[in-house]
Amino acid sequence: MSRRLLTGNGAAAWGARLAEVDYVPAFPITPQTEIVETLARWCDAGEMAARLTMLESEHSMVTAAGAAAAAGARVFTATSSQGLQYAMEMIFTVAGWRVPFVMVNVSRALASPITLEPDHTDVLSARDAGFLQIHCATCQEVMDGVLIAYRVAEDARVRLPAIVNEDGFYLSFTREPVELPDPGAVRRFLPAFDPGSAAFRASHPASRAVAVLGGAPYSYFRYEAHLAARAALAVYDEAATAFAAAFGRSWPAVERYRSDDAEVVFFMIGAFATKAKDAVDRLREAGERVGLVRPRLLRPWPDAALREALAGKRAVAVIDQNLSMGMGGVLAAELASALHGHAGMPMIVPFVGALGGRDIAAEEFFEIARAARAAAAAGVAPGPRLLYTADELREVRKLQAIAHAERPGAGGTR
Amino acid sequence: MSAVPAPAADAPKSAHTAADYKSDYKPIWCPGCGDYSVLSSFTKAFAILDLAPERIAVVSGIGCSSRIPAYTSCYGFHGVHGRSLAAATGLKLARPDLTVVVASGDGDGYSIGGNHFLHACRRNADLTYVVMDNHVYGMTKGQPSPTTEPDWDSKLSPGGTGLRSFNPLVIALAAGANFVARAFAGDPNGTAEIIAEAIRTPGFSFVEVMSPCVTFRPEQREWKHHVRPSPVPATDDAAKAARRLMTDDGFNIGVLYKGDRPPYQPPMGKGRKTPADLERGFAI
Ligand SMILES: Cc1ncc(C[n+]2csc(CCOP(=O)(O)OP(=O)(O)O)c2C)c(N)n1
Ligand code: SF4
Ligand SMILES: [Mg+2]
Repeated sequence: MSRRLLTGNGAAAWGARLAEVDYVPAFPITPQTEIVETLARWCDAGEMAARLTMLESEHSMVTAAGAAAAAGARVFTATSSQGLQYAMEMIFTVAGWRVPFVMVNVSRALASPITLEPDHTDVLSARDAGFLQIHCATCQEVMDGVLIAYRVAEDARVRLPAIVNEDGFYLSFTREPVELPDPGAVRRFLPAFDPGSAAFRASHPASRAVAVLGGAPYSYFRYEAHLAARAALAVYDEAATAFAAAFGRSWPAVERYRSDDAEVVFFMIGAFATKAKDAVDRLREAGERVGLVRPRLLRPWPDAALREALAGKRAVAVIDQNLSMGMGGVLAAELASALHGHAGMPMIVPFVGALGGRDIAAEEFFEIARAARAAAAAGVAPGPRLLYTADELREVRKLQAIAHAERPGAGGTR
Repeated sequence: MSAVPAPAADAPKSAHTAADYKSDYKPIWCPGCGDYSVLSSFTKAFAILDLAPERIAVVSGIGCSSRIPAYTSCYGFHGVHGRSLAAATGLKLARPDLTVVVASGDGDGYSIGGNHFLHACRRNADLTYVVMDNHVYGMTKGQPSPTTEPDWDSKLSPGGTGLRSFNPLVIALAAGANFVARAFAGDPNGTAEIIAEAIRTPGFSFVEVMSPCVTFRPEQREWKHHVRPSPVPATDDAAKAARRLMTDDGFNIGVLYKGDRPPYQPPMGKGRKTPADLERGFAI
């Protein structure tokens, strides 16, 4: 075991290296590129016995990943944002092929407007595809998450691809100390991929990915994949338990931070949860019973574990770093589906924030806690509220004024 | 339909200067990047043609090269990686009265958007497609593209991809482009003349501009010592042009092929709206 300072991207690359992957189809996109460039360097130097190929787009990259996994190779790939979107046709398709491979997504907001900065709208748009999703808050979790993801994805009860998500910039380019386990210990935790019947085997030709006619076989196969994803709940717990036993780090499907006696809890995914923890500590110092609940596993959705973590709380302030236009934050809706119809569940108070790289300041967490407490006291669940300051609005108005002045006669009424 | 006619010999001087087509945004390319000159060639070409800025739309994809639209005072559209031609086709077919110029890079146009290139050549809509080819993905910090030499070393392809680069000009000819030219960013006036002629020529005009990426391909600074005017004039024989292109060393600059295929025009349905009808819907 050794300890190194690694970025989230470095940790992702180490995850793939320690998993001893065979094949890495690659395509560059900011802020992911460093992952595949690191792997290319290791392959070239003979430090990894893998083949890395640069494809002409993410669409072909994910297709190649799925096909190689169908042939029995252990496959790793990575993308971000627009790349994930461009691959989306294949994201759904390869999940249906029931091929386990791991793809790291480095979350970055989507166009339009065009931006390079992070939020979670990209990865959440893949939530219905059949990929498992593990969401990380630290660089260590990224590396460990890749290893756990392979074990769960390749399990015969699951056989689905997995996304391990890290926040662009905040995690991808931030260095943190990361414990690197011994390759031997990793091999014991994650033995070589046994593709079973899914491999292209000598003298056993079989056609894959065929079309079906009619709703009956279609429904059957889709629902079977859903059941496999649900089975991944228990498989994940087993894997996390085995991981903790082997490496001493515990990554349960749902993280709880000072939430056992909390009245109000923050609820969010990803790296900003570390900011929420800081706010929890400060609110606790001020005597407030506040905590954090963070799902690491987003697919399958750990609904029972979430109910257990949230039962008896007064309010859960959901902070969504994504926006489902016309509805609100995705996590708030997902959480409602887990809590609805169960007794003793807290009121959901939804917030949307940190879109396109915007920060969430400590004071905003304090205000979120206050608003959640007030909503619970009033007994009326509010609609989603955007975290946005008057100063920010003034800045945007200034930009709009400049744009309008430069293009006299441009459309718009203001 | 709306290719810009060549000026008559006694035509008055252009009422526009290149400066009329520049926006106030300062480009954020690296100092020395070839794309500065290409921007200047765009504005010079528009001045040669004496087109009002509001008659021109500059459409791009994603990449350093694709930043061009915002630096002009024309209609601009900064699209999605690889989709510049798809966006431009939609625009041109809805607004045949606009002069539509498409700006792209070798990654944008030949990798992720490669299929649109083939179909745009084949469709032959009246577009001018300018690809700033630097044989690299500049914006993502130096990965190989389809025009990169097989042995070019990069972080993502140590020692080179080992794949032969392809020749976009030959592909354009094979796919049916009506005008094919090679230009060099180091000669902004010559490039402006070529772009102006490309715009004047009806149908799909393809201009491949060698535009050095001084940051990730500093050796491309040497291109200025290798380029030369094409020793032969443009031909209207695609096979001859292809043969020339497959045997030259890649440094012959000029218009290489000019055909006379009529540009694509979608069939007019009854009751079709004119641009003026469409504009009425946006009036406030
Ligand atoms: C779907 C998608 N994948 C990847 C990217 C990342 N990306 C941005 S620009 C670019 C390549 C640009 O290369 P080129 O078109 O040659 O432009 P240059 O920067 O060299 O001018 C890539 C891969 C993206 N924006 N969208
Ligand atoms: S990276 Fe290369 S292509 Fe991009 S602006 Fe700099 S010199 Fe130009
Ligand atoms: Mg390029």
